[in-house]
Amino acid sequence: MSRTIRRRLLVVLVITAVIAGAGVMLAIRATASSTRQVATENVTIDVPEGPGSAGQVHLDATVYRPAVTPAPAVLVAHGFGGSKNSVSTEATALARRGFVVLAWSARGFGASTGQIGLDSPDYEVADARALVDWLAKRPDVVRDGPGDPRVGVTGASYGGALALLLAGTDRRVDALAPEITWNDLSQALFPNAASPTSIRTATPAAGAFAPDGVFKRDWAGYFFGAGLAGAGGLCGRFPPEVCAAYVQAATTGSPTPEIVQLLHRSSPAAVAGNITAPTLLIQGEHDTLFGLDQADATARQLASAGAPLKVIWYAGGHDGGEPDAALQEQVGAWFDYHLRRKGSDPGTGFDYQVPGIFGTRSGVAQRTVHAPTYPGLDGVPVQRRELTLHGGPQPVIRPPGGSPAALSSLPGLSSALPAVATNGVAMDLPGQTATFSTDPLPDSLEITGAPQIRLRVAAAQTNTTAPPSDAVLFVKLYDVGPDGRRTLPGAAVAPVRIGPLAADGAPTEVTVTLAGVVRPVQAGHRLEVAVATTDRGYALPPQPAGYTVSLAPDGHLAVPVVPGEQAAAPLPVVQLAGLGILTALVLALGIVAALRRRHSEDADSGMAGVPLVVSGLTKRYPGGLTAVDDLSFRVEHGQVLGLLGPNGAGKTTVLRMLMGLVIPTGGQLRVFGHRVSAGSPVLSRVGSFVEGPGFLPHLTGAANLRLYWAATGRPAADAGIEETLEIAGLGHAVHRRVGTYSQGMKQRLAIAQAMLGKPDLLVLDEPTNGLDPPQIYAMREVLRDFAARGATVLVSSHLLAEVEQTCSHVVVMHRGRLVAAGTVAEIVAAAGVGIDGVDSRHQLEEAFLQLVGRQAIE
Amino acid sequence: MTTHGAAPGYRATTTLPLRVELVRQLRRRRTVLTLGFLALLPFLLWLAFRIGRDDRTRGGATLADLATASGLNFVMFTLFSTVSFLLVVVVALFFGDTVASEASWSSLRYLLAAPVPRGRLLRQKAVVAALLSVFALVLLPVVAMAVGVVAYGETDLISPTGQSLAFLPAASRLALVPAYLALQLAWVAGLALLLSVSTDAPLGAVGGAVMASILSQILETINALGDLRDYLPTRFNSAWADLLASPIDWTHLASGAFSGLTYATVFGLAAWWRFATKDITS
Repeated sequence: MSRTIRRRLLVVLVITAVIAGAGVMLAIRATASSTRQVATENVTIDVPEGPGSAGQVHLDATVYRPAVTPAPAVLVAHGFGGSKNSVSTEATALARRGFVVLAWSARGFGASTGQIGLDSPDYEVADARALVDWLAKRPDVVRDGPGDPRVGVTGASYGGALALLLAGTDRRVDALAPEITWNDLSQALFPNAASPTSIRTATPAAGAFAPDGVFKRDWAGYFFGAGLAGAGGLCGRFPPEVCAAYVQAATTGSPTPEIVQLLHRSSPAAVAGNITAPTLLIQGEHDTLFGLDQADATARQLASAGAPLKVIWYAGGHDGGEPDAALQEQVGAWFDYHLRRKGSDPGTGFDYQVPGIFGTRSGVAQRTVHAPTYPGLDGVPVQRRELTLHGGPQPVIRPPGGSPAALSSLPGLSSALPAVATNGVAMDLPGQTATFSTDPLPDSLEITGAPQIRLRVAAAQTNTTAPPSDAVLFVKLYDVGPDGRRTLPGAAVAPVRIGPLAADGAPTEVTVTLAGVVRPVQAGHRLEVAVATTDRGYALPPQPAGYTVSLAPDGHLAVPVVPGEQAAAPLPVVQLAGLGILTALVLALGIVAALRRRHSEDADSGMAGVPLVVSGLTKRYPGGLTAVDDLSFRVEHGQVLGLLGPNGAGKTTVLRMLMGLVIPTGGQLRVFGHRVSAGSPVLSRVGSFVEGPGFLPHLTGAANLRLYWAATGRPAADAGIEETLEIAGLGHAVHRRVGTYSQGMKQRLAIAQAMLGKPDLLVLDEPTNGLDPPQIYAMREVLRDFAARGATVLVSSHLLAEVEQTCSHVVVMHRGRLVAAGTVAEIVAAAGVGIDGVDSRHQLEEAFLQLVGRQAIE
Repeated sequence: MTTHGAAPGYRATTTLPLRVELVRQLRRRRTVLTLGFLALLPFLLWLAFRIGRDDRTRGGATLADLATASGLNFVMFTLFSTVSFLLVVVVALFFGDTVASEASWSSLRYLLAAPVPRGRLLRQKAVVAALLSVFALVLLPVVAMAVGVVAYGETDLISPTGQSLAFLPAASRLALVPAYLALQLAWVAGLALLLSVSTDAPLGAVGGAVMASILSQILETINALGDLRDYLPTRFNSAWADLLASPIDWTHLASGAFSGLTYATVFGLAAWWRFATKDITS
């Protein structure tokens, strides 16, 4: 390699190294910032037990300290049944962002003492206020004023309600991010989605929130059970009044006024109108416990109080998974901006995720739509598309005991069985269900919120019972495909209690808000409203009853639609930069390789007439085997040289090195003065047959030779294919697939291939192996002719007679070394074998044995 | 300038022309069978949908349910069902078999002694394998499109996110899918080529690359690996579906292309290095 080339190579390598180094640095920096050290500190915080008690409750808490303090603080509250440990991921992530994070086990949970007060203002909310006090005393927390730390609060479900309740009762809260939580707990547990009067329609998911609802038995039981965990007795860690309320509700299915009162006190609805702190409200679209209507109610309250508000509906919830890392990232960004003015303003818009209509291997594909505001809060109501429903009055029956009952979801199980959340388990029962259907939709429609419908329900006389005084029904909205497949979006059900019903069978007309969902409905699909008398998730009246359900005269379905822009993902800069760097690297390597190739010639013009000079040739294989050891010999123009040696002498290795297949460990070969390396151009003057034939078995003999010649890239006219085919003597067999050839036929074809283009040096390795005597004879003739025309032939063989009869000169090898070289006569003489008295046929053999024997003794 | 010391008419840069290598490969039965099978597959799927009946009337839709919704959805289903295995096998076959089979027939040494320079031989073979692979990646959706449009009509595409896309825009999006797959599957090509120059057994090279793909997909299912899974070469093999969303989210597509090409470069350079420096003893 010349000096300039080496310098250029160096420059390219340096540039490459710099680029690679920069990439590594960037990667390390990115990693370092995300794993910035977070210190944790376990503390026990004592808070008053409650009004009218002098005792204390010990709250088990963890403080997550960021690398840099003082910093704003964030309270992270856990969900029902959890503890401070269940929010450690979120807490750590927020601390890494640079917040002092306080996570604690609510009273009655984890290692905290006390009893579960259901986010009561007197207990849990008072505790949270005490925690704010506690934070205000810490030197590592930024303060807005004396006793007023800069603090945000977040949490999901039980923790989300606490965030709202705290912010509604403590002005010191500067920002909050409640997730998948309730607005009115009595409506969440005793929902009633029907109202005789009209229901507000401005916001997309407004619920009826009518009184006297239907008990959401399964979910309530599931949560009561979670509160019992780890504690004995019927009431576990619940205080007697909460326990009694649950027992009352679970046994009768209807709440007493005291229970309603208790649930109201634990509801953000009571205080959300006081909140003015910026709020990021996250609610799930797969949530049969706290549906979109709950967040809708909170949003209305916050908007009227003037709190900056951003609403996110995501494709999850109590049935479909907690907010994922991407959403937690948004929570972090919310606090970044609103607690310390870091990052860009997240704004006050409305984002909703549209779940795909089917799952893929990596889960359900989904997209996020961004609308500038949550509709209905600024006076502009949400768009509603009115679809005409068809279907006459239909009788439905509630069986005695409410069994068998329809199935819509599996509370608490859906998140454990993702397939349930994705595909649903909805099942209706004949005789219990009235259905009203739209025509197939002419174009696709995206349901975004809670559709409304007006229904008429009348009591019906059955054979055995008197007409019922009120009706408990479950209203569902199915997406029905052209093939009849029904999907219940969000597994959502709107339970209604309508009453009193007229005993004479006169219908009562009500407006029903269906459960809020986000669902893309394809063109050609129908929407079907199903009104069922039973649902396994709810407490049903045990008395059998019959009703007649019909559409109100203007009984269309009003479907909310929120137009918005698809949130466009930012351009993936890092990956694109990576692609650029990669391309540059490959190009640079290509240039270096081309430069190297162009300057790798090594020719000795003085030897241009010598077909082959082997000097000091050595090949050692890893593992210590020396196949060829310091071998030197010459082949002069016009010679037919025999390379003779027993099997394993290294003949084939020499020939492989001559062909540039095996790279010598020492020494060199020069062909017509040019040093041989892999792919040396001078090899085009060498025709070779080494260690058996090599053909494409699926092609004919002729095609093999033609394609081989075509692969050399040389003019077709130079090949002499017809002549060489004649030499091969295969007759019509050349038009048969090589796979059908005998070994001898392949052998002859391979030797013919070696002769293509009339090479100046012909190298043949054991050419007569597998040939019969007439063919061997013909082969000798061919080789002599070849040499006579001015070419040089190198034949390797372990057959002495062969070499003796074909060759003018001999090189004898043994164990990789040269034993003797010269004319046949010289070798014989050197070996000291008497010419007389020995059959000439055996002369060389004698000589050979002598030579090899001598070598072996040495 | 003629090359030093070469026979008249010989130039290293004209050895093993692409046309010749293409003929060598196209005359092989495995090439014809593979491409033929890919062309036949959409017909088999169509037949399966015709014969079979799905009596489920509830529960969520799956990709297969939508396959017959339109010709374009049929294309989408065909791609979806072949991306993670069949197309991997095809690419691995074209790249893994190309050098190893020459070695197993012993024809490799005669090509190299012709001489076809080693770097050039590898390049020409890789280019032809790439041409065949890209042809296969285009052939499958094109045939599926023809079958789908005839069988199910040219109605809108329903994307995995539930959006409707009109026929022409959707068809042009689908046309981008083979391009992405070519980039994403480049890692299979690189690995298969590396294995191909490292072994004389074509089956070993093809199988090795396919096994690596399967292993990667198994590891992908282990949630405990977390973000580490992003480094698995098959991680983004379903990102092509993002091309059908509006607007297109390029994040995973770019990641997949970057990951595919990075692996391909590393494997490809290793293959080149190995082939340039190894002793050909087959």
